[in-house]
Amino acid sequence: MYDFAYQKPGSLADAVSVLSGDMEAKALAGGQTFIPVLKQRLNKPSTVVDLAGLGLSGITVSGDVITIGAMTRHADIASNADIKAKIPGLAHQASLIGDEAVRHRGTMGGSLANNDPAACYPSALLALGGTIKTDRRTIAADDFFQGMFTTALDQGEIITSIDLPIPEKSAYEKFRNPASRYAIVGVFVAKFASGVRLAITGASQGGVFRHTEMEKALSANFAPDAIAGIVTPADGLNGDIHASAEYRAHLIGVISKRAVAKAA
Amino acid sequence: MGYQGIGASVRRKEDLRFLSGKGNYTDDINRPGQLYAVIKRSDRPHATIDSIDIAAASAAPGVVKVFTGADIVEAGLGGIPCGWQIHNIDGTPMAEPMHPVLAVGKVRHVGDPVAVVIAESRQDAKNAAELLDIAYTDMSAVANLTDAVKPGAVEVHDGVGGNICYDWAIGDKAIVDGVFANAHKVVKLDLTNNRLIPNAMEPRVALGDFDTSSGDWTLYTTSQNPHVIRLLMGAFVLHIPENKLRVVAPDVGGGFGSKIYHYAEEAIVTWAAGKLRRPVKWTADRSESFMSDAHGRDHVSTAEMAIDKEGHFLGLRITTLANMGAYLSTFAPAVPTYLYATLLAGVYKTPVIYCNVKAVFTNTVPVDAYRGAGRPEATYLLERLVDVIALETGIDKVELRRKNFIGVDAFPYQTPVALQYDSGDYQTTLKVALKNADWDGFEARRAEAKKRGKLRGIGISTYVEACGIAPSAVVGSLGARAGLYEVAEIRVHPTGSVTVFTGTHSHGQGHETTFAQLVVDQLGVPFDQIEIVHGDTAKIPFGMGTYGSRSLPVGGSAMVKAMDKVIAKGKKIAAHLMEAAVEDIEFKDNTFTVAGTDKSKTLTDISLAAYVPHNYPIEELEPGLDETAFYDPKNFTFPGGCHIAEVEIDPETGVVEMVGFTAVDDVGRVVNPMIVEGQVQGGVAQGIGQALMEACTYDSDGQLLSGSYMDYAMPRANDIPGSLSVATENTLCTHNPLGSKGCGEVGAIGSPPAVINAVVDALKEYGVRHLDMPATGAKLWSIIQAAPSSGHTPAMAAE
Ligand SMILES: Cc1cc2nc3c(=O)[nH]c(=O)nc-3n(C[C@H](O)[C@H](O)[C@H](O)COP(=O)(O)OP(=O)(O)OC[C@H]3O[C@@H](n4cnc5c(N)ncnc54)[C@H](O)[C@@H]3O)c2cc1C
Repeated sequence: MYDFAYQKPGSLADAVSVLSGDMEAKALAGGQTFIPVLKQRLNKPSTVVDLAGLGLSGITVSGDVITIGAMTRHADIASNADIKAKIPGLAHQASLIGDEAVRHRGTMGGSLANNDPAACYPSALLALGGTIKTDRRTIAADDFFQGMFTTALDQGEIITSIDLPIPEKSAYEKFRNPASRYAIVGVFVAKFASGVRLAITGASQGGVFRHTEMEKALSANFAPDAIAGIVTPADGLNGDIHASAEYRAHLIGVISKRAVAKAA
Repeated sequence: MGYQGIGASVRRKEDLRFLSGKGNYTDDINRPGQLYAVIKRSDRPHATIDSIDIAAASAAPGVVKVFTGADIVEAGLGGIPCGWQIHNIDGTPMAEPMHPVLAVGKVRHVGDPVAVVIAESRQDAKNAAELLDIAYTDMSAVANLTDAVKPGAVEVHDGVGGNICYDWAIGDKAIVDGVFANAHKVVKLDLTNNRLIPNAMEPRVALGDFDTSSGDWTLYTTSQNPHVIRLLMGAFVLHIPENKLRVVAPDVGGGFGSKIYHYAEEAIVTWAAGKLRRPVKWTADRSESFMSDAHGRDHVSTAEMAIDKEGHFLGLRITTLANMGAYLSTFAPAVPTYLYATLLAGVYKTPVIYCNVKAVFTNTVPVDAYRGAGRPEATYLLERLVDVIALETGIDKVELRRKNFIGVDAFPYQTPVALQYDSGDYQTTLKVALKNADWDGFEARRAEAKKRGKLRGIGISTYVEACGIAPSAVVGSLGARAGLYEVAEIRVHPTGSVTVFTGTHSHGQGHETTFAQLVVDQLGVPFDQIEIVHGDTAKIPFGMGTYGSRSLPVGGSAMVKAMDKVIAKGKKIAAHLMEAAVEDIEFKDNTFTVAGTDKSKTLTDISLAAYVPHNYPIEELEPGLDETAFYDPKNFTFPGGCHIAEVEIDPETGVVEMVGFTAVDDVGRVVNPMIVEGQVQGGVAQGIGQALMEACTYDSDGQLLSGSYMDYAMPRANDIPGSLSVATENTLCTHNPLGSKGCGEVGAIGSPPAVINAVVDALKEYGVRHLDMPATGAKLWSIIQAAPSSGHTPAMAAE
């Protein structure tokens, strides 16, 4: 890595001021993406601003919303009793991320801010219709993701927590990349009284997206068969040495059915 | 404590050190005043180097020196030598282009070292390396074997026409062609053996040190064979005599072949340490390992078997293209010839065999031996071909194998491809494997899986391999530029404890335990009074190192010979002390006894007398009890056996799940059953990796696409079936004193064809005849899609 300055501010305001005052400063959460990037010298921050001192971790339930602090670790999400009971799809999703070491360092805020097109959480946030809270505003899931590695966050803006509405049913099904074990296709499905939302990660060149045709069919009939005939076109999907766009298009159908079967 | 000699599953004594972080790896070693080297590598597959401007890098903070290829040329250093010379069919030697320590004029693969920056810290060196200004002119590149041999393909080395390193053959083509012309049937199969990246857990490290008072060089390096490195680097590259050069390979975290070879970085740090009068350390990044450690396998072959009406094999005809990469690595030319083509008889009586191998240069990382080295390629080819023959003749695949097996009474068996197998019993390993895998119950399991919507398949492979390398005169006649004996020194200390100095090297195999068990067995010394020393040319007389499953059959045999000498000398001393004739002295359980009497002396009594020779036959015998043996094997050893894989395929995704694996191997005498089981498990894991997921991938322009773990799939614990069953059914090696054959590679040799045979079997209703490794979900899904019977939907689980 290149040399950089390190700061661990004790208040959100301080962190925001360092990050906003310096275009080259960058936030550090669990470091499970950022540190490998630094080690490969693909990023040259002036100051690394560690968010660990801001008290941003924790999981609380109020009414029909679960609020997860941005610095909450994957392992804590996977093992939290409330999440397991109320959004089992999310607990399961967190348990599938990386390995033990990654899950004990990586955070939900870091993953969402990074918006890797193969990351898991973006599908949960989008399918649950959650809301991102930052140091300055709230951003609806539908507005947050803006293409791979791109979000609605401004320079220096810090995610503080994530609000996730509790669905009636939820499930995550992941088809892993055989090498990285990230998602080649990951499907999060959430059934609410108002209808079904289904989001797909890993597959599209544009990053995570909602499959509205499937959502419509599932809102009418929440069963795998309801989406059995839906063909997803390969246009705009990723193709790489692991999976062609056609394979991903096919997997979207298979994995979505399995997610629904698991939730139903 | 219990019995700790041969046959006991003694816990590995090295593991406490490894598991508690107390190992001493090369990167743990630091010398006073040490500098750090960072290698600037080519990011181009093929380009001329037009200029290198080192001014900015040289002036950067902390930088002590920048060297380029020009400095290496000026210093008169040699190229990286190749340890084996193959001859073409026409008798001329192979093409052996210069392999410079740092690129001169041209780069030939992504990762080719171009310059080295040496600085006070690694960070300084890395920063400065980015300031090197290298002007390249890109050339077109070839990565792929079939492209490289096409007419008009760009030449990787000027003057090496058609990129052919050698065009070699074994067998009599006219005779084999004659057999084919008259055969009842010929079955033909085109297949590839996928390219692999070894991925030892510990990346390579090299630390060069120069002692200004003595004028001696020391190289600490992650090597499987420090003496070989001393010889190759000292004699051919740096021109340093052995007495001035020490090579230390301390704890090494896995090699799988990739740490056999002499690499440029070793020469660079050793040479630079002498020039700069300061120690210089280089530590590979993981990404660097992907593009600088020698890769493995990478064959394209066509195989044909001529058979008679009953399915007897009459003749085998093969052509193979083998990728050498951009330069010849230490063992590379031997792998697709004498470690491959000589194994093509397999376990079968095939009377005539012809194999033509063309080794090909490409713009890729050098390719060399990787766990199994040549024998996995031969086994995969043969065992796939046998399954296709079974498919096309309708003969049961087990029956077909049985009827062609070399019989248990046929040993020693001379194959048509040079080797003479000393022992084996293929019917027994087959029989036990079929039983352990419940072969007969398979169709019921297939039917049950079908109810769950899964395609279940079973695959078998019966194999033999050659290891325990090797008789020096034989390999010399085949082109080896070294002898392949092994060396052991047994030092019995004055109070009876023992230090063993072995020329083999343990990098995970557990020699410190296994070799101590040999001493327990033969000298009766307690396990905890035995120390095994390896990996240091200053301590060990000589040695050829560890690879080719040779440590126990060759290195262990050297120990037995040295211990024989200890006992022989001990008997003379005992005879003197007990006033008896030497012929009357017996040695057993650590004790010398006068036969038929109760007069005895322990080994400690004898060693004490040997080092304190007050009452000693000093006229006839030197003091001391320290014996050395060089053991040159009489033949290769021939482990073999039967592997059975069982898989389930999800027809919706194409994903293969390993649901069962059974290995029954013949490894000769087993010293430590637990360690043998571990070795076979590890080898099988690598074989499953090759069969199902590992794929080193270059694009057609020579860029490495699988350059990190994000894109290079390695097997993990959950890819290996929990029911993995390992057993041995052993026949003894007839020509070494231990009867051991070696077990390090059998897992990686026998397993890939078993897995692919199982996958093909699972897909039989889709009319699949063959598919190339790795059998990824993506590949199987497209095969299922394209199959004529893809309209057929297997029964789905009721959800
Ligand atoms: C071996 C391995 C396997 C993995 N497998 C998976 C997988 O299967 N699925 C998956 O989804 N992920 C996977 N990951 C990624 C992992 O989930 C990371 O934890 C995650 O992507 C980033 O979270 P982090 O807390 O580590 O953030 P960091 O790496 O610290 O930061 C990532 C980025 O987000 C920014 N950032 C961090 N926190 C905030 C915040 N609160 N507000 C604003 N910006 C912020 C940082 O500035 C940085 O740009 C894997 C990682 C590894 C190393």
